[in-house]
Amino acid sequence: MLRKKECVAMLLAGGQGSRLYALTSNIAKPAVSFGAKYRIIDFPLSNCINSGIDTVGVLTQYQPLVLNEYVGNGQPWDLDRTFGGVHILSPYEAKKDTSWYKGTANAIYQNIRFMKMYDPEYVLILSGDHIYKMDYDKMLAAHKESHADCTIACMEVPLKEASRFGILNTNPDGTIYEFEEKPAKPKSNLASMGIYIFTASKLFKYLEMDEADPNSEKDFGKNILPTMLNAGEKMYSYRFEGYWKDVGTISSLWEANMDLLGVVPNFELQDSQHVIHSRSPLAPPAYVEGEIVNSIVATGCEVGGKIVNSVIGTNCVIEKGAEVVDSVLMGNITVKAGAKINYAIVDEDVTVGEKATIGAPREEAVKLESKTSGIAVLGRGITVSKNGTVPAGEIVDKNV
Amino acid sequence: MASTVGVIFSSINEENVPELTSVRSIGSIPYGGRYRLVDFVLSNMVNSHITTVGMITKNNYQSLMDHLGSGKSWDLARKEGGLILLPPYSDETETLYKSRLEALKGAMSFLRKAKEDYVVLADSDAIYKLDYNKVIEYHEKNNADITLVYHEHELKKSHYYITFETDKDGRINAVEVNPQSSGIKKNYINVMVARTSYLIRLIQNAIQNGYTSFAKDILTPGTKTMKLYGYKLEGYYANIDSLVAYFNANTDLLDKKVRDEIFGERDVYTKVNDSAPAKFTADACVKNSLISDGCLIEGTVENSVLFRGVKVGKGTVIKNCILMSENMVGENCNLSYVVSDKDTIIRDGRVLAGCEVKPYFINKGSLI
Repeated sequence: MLRKKECVAMLLAGGQGSRLYALTSNIAKPAVSFGAKYRIIDFPLSNCINSGIDTVGVLTQYQPLVLNEYVGNGQPWDLDRTFGGVHILSPYEAKKDTSWYKGTANAIYQNIRFMKMYDPEYVLILSGDHIYKMDYDKMLAAHKESHADCTIACMEVPLKEASRFGILNTNPDGTIYEFEEKPAKPKSNLASMGIYIFTASKLFKYLEMDEADPNSEKDFGKNILPTMLNAGEKMYSYRFEGYWKDVGTISSLWEANMDLLGVVPNFELQDSQHVIHSRSPLAPPAYVEGEIVNSIVATGCEVGGKIVNSVIGTNCVIEKGAEVVDSVLMGNITVKAGAKINYAIVDEDVTVGEKATIGAPREEAVKLESKTSGIAVLGRGITVSKNGTVPAGEIVDKNV
Repeated sequence: MASTVGVIFSSINEENVPELTSVRSIGSIPYGGRYRLVDFVLSNMVNSHITTVGMITKNNYQSLMDHLGSGKSWDLARKEGGLILLPPYSDETETLYKSRLEALKGAMSFLRKAKEDYVVLADSDAIYKLDYNKVIEYHEKNNADITLVYHEHELKKSHYYITFETDKDGRINAVEVNPQSSGIKKNYINVMVARTSYLIRLIQNAIQNGYTSFAKDILTPGTKTMKLYGYKLEGYYANIDSLVAYFNANTDLLDKKVRDEIFGERDVYTKVNDSAPAKFTADACVKNSLISDGCLIEGTVENSVLFRGVKVGKGTVIKNCILMSENMVGENCNLSYVVSDKDTIIRDGRVLAGCEVKPYFINKGSLI
């Protein structure tokens, strides 16, 4: 029997995430914790399975250990399949040429054989650093209906922020006439979400052409998309409406976590129409004795202290007399008695000693000049000693 | 290390908790916020490196099957062995088994196929932590025929019970069924270890002689003819033998000592469900309670265990309650000593109260 998949997804998960500083010194960005019990990669993987796409290649390169272990055989996302499923694609040694992934396009190019195993009609390209719920199947339907060669998902962003994105300039029928990567003077506020559907044959053709071009940076936004446009291929925009957040910076990661709070949050995790799957930890329910106000708390936590406007990850211990305000605690964190954490992101496996002070109240911290907008950041595995202090806006990756 | 096969009775002693077993096997009674009773015995087995487990079922086992699936959550989806469901009517008998012994007859082909040297038999109506390898070591050391596990506690006289007495070496010299005396006793917890071949011979012999009761026909006379030894289970033990016992076993988890003992230093495996983390609003006030994933707390919760996806509306006060998954409690309700089964809706303003010795029970799927 001839076996094939209509659409194969390729998830670019190799990003170093350098703007997350200490949070990505040991792990790839898609493996960073989010929303108390999730990792960023849960969102695109859940989108895939919820859109009926069951074949996903995850391209890793930078610090892949945690990510590989987390994705495993894909079972938590129902992506353990006899044909298809999720596959981790690391750079490998080939007969002629061995190399790391040199750019987004090169990473996909190096895995052409993987895609061809499934003989797909379409290829969906995704990136692993966004928080959103999206039905890719609707986008695929639009791609098929318009007989496009490439469809790019986009959404409106505030014009003053548009120069941070790839900007699409479109005709009224949705066709794209110009693609500008991070333009200084954007002509529109339609930002590319880094989600592309290609007709597979076209993708393979342009990847091979791009690979042969010594002057190319091997990047989708800078090379593949403009080349296709210049060659007169049919390129369509696909408007997405809904929540979508790039969590590539400390402040955007903090904001996205805060967007989960409230009875009607900006971003709803508990959605029976679109379940976010994850590798759920085996821990008993949270034991709560202290005070919790407008926060979310994952399983395995022991809460004796006070938590306000915060996201508390799995297996955290907040001792009696400790206080956590406006903060994101990722998991396996112990906050000892009398410690105060304000406006901070704390990575996994951190211990904050008695009466330690982390960060400053948000109203004061935001006024500070700092690359984290005043958010204090504690890196993975560190210990803050008794009475220790980490000022607002500081990034710490060693014991204090 | 000896190789061991496990056999679990998922459907025995159900008459003790009719409220909770009318819609499910005793093994699939929800417990502790996110677990089912059977998770504890299964996790004990898996953590004792037992990789072949036969699960004897009876009636009402749909919910159990749904929970267990392929056994993957317990790492028991195996090519060799793994979790094997043993439904009734699998041999030539035409009636549903009534006793433990008859149930074992139905498991004979499973036991005959087993290559493992030892077999552990266990019920699924209790919460405890035990490494069965320790029982087997003890069994080998004594060169025993059967080792029975007991827990010392005050005898409850509400129903069928087996107690025994041992000599100073741990050998059992008297077995009593429903003893008349009272006080602290060595209570058999329905966990036993034997060589697989020995158990098979025992069952064959019982079939030939037409025995019906494991306790009365085999154990009681066996004190003279067999080497029966008692192994003492130390630490926490809760048997779910009444609705009050169910209530207490849940609230016992509010004690850190019990939580640490049951969940510490090992995993308790269960089927995972992708609920979002629990959410507490600005009006939430929670004291001494367990709150599971998927909960939305807008009211007051004290001394309670809330399972997955429970909603507590504004102005509502919940004290000393066990609310199973997907309980929707409206606004301005007052619940005290309530055990509410799954999927119930409690409308705004309802006041429901039971008491310590008789919790108010709400059936699965009720609208109040």
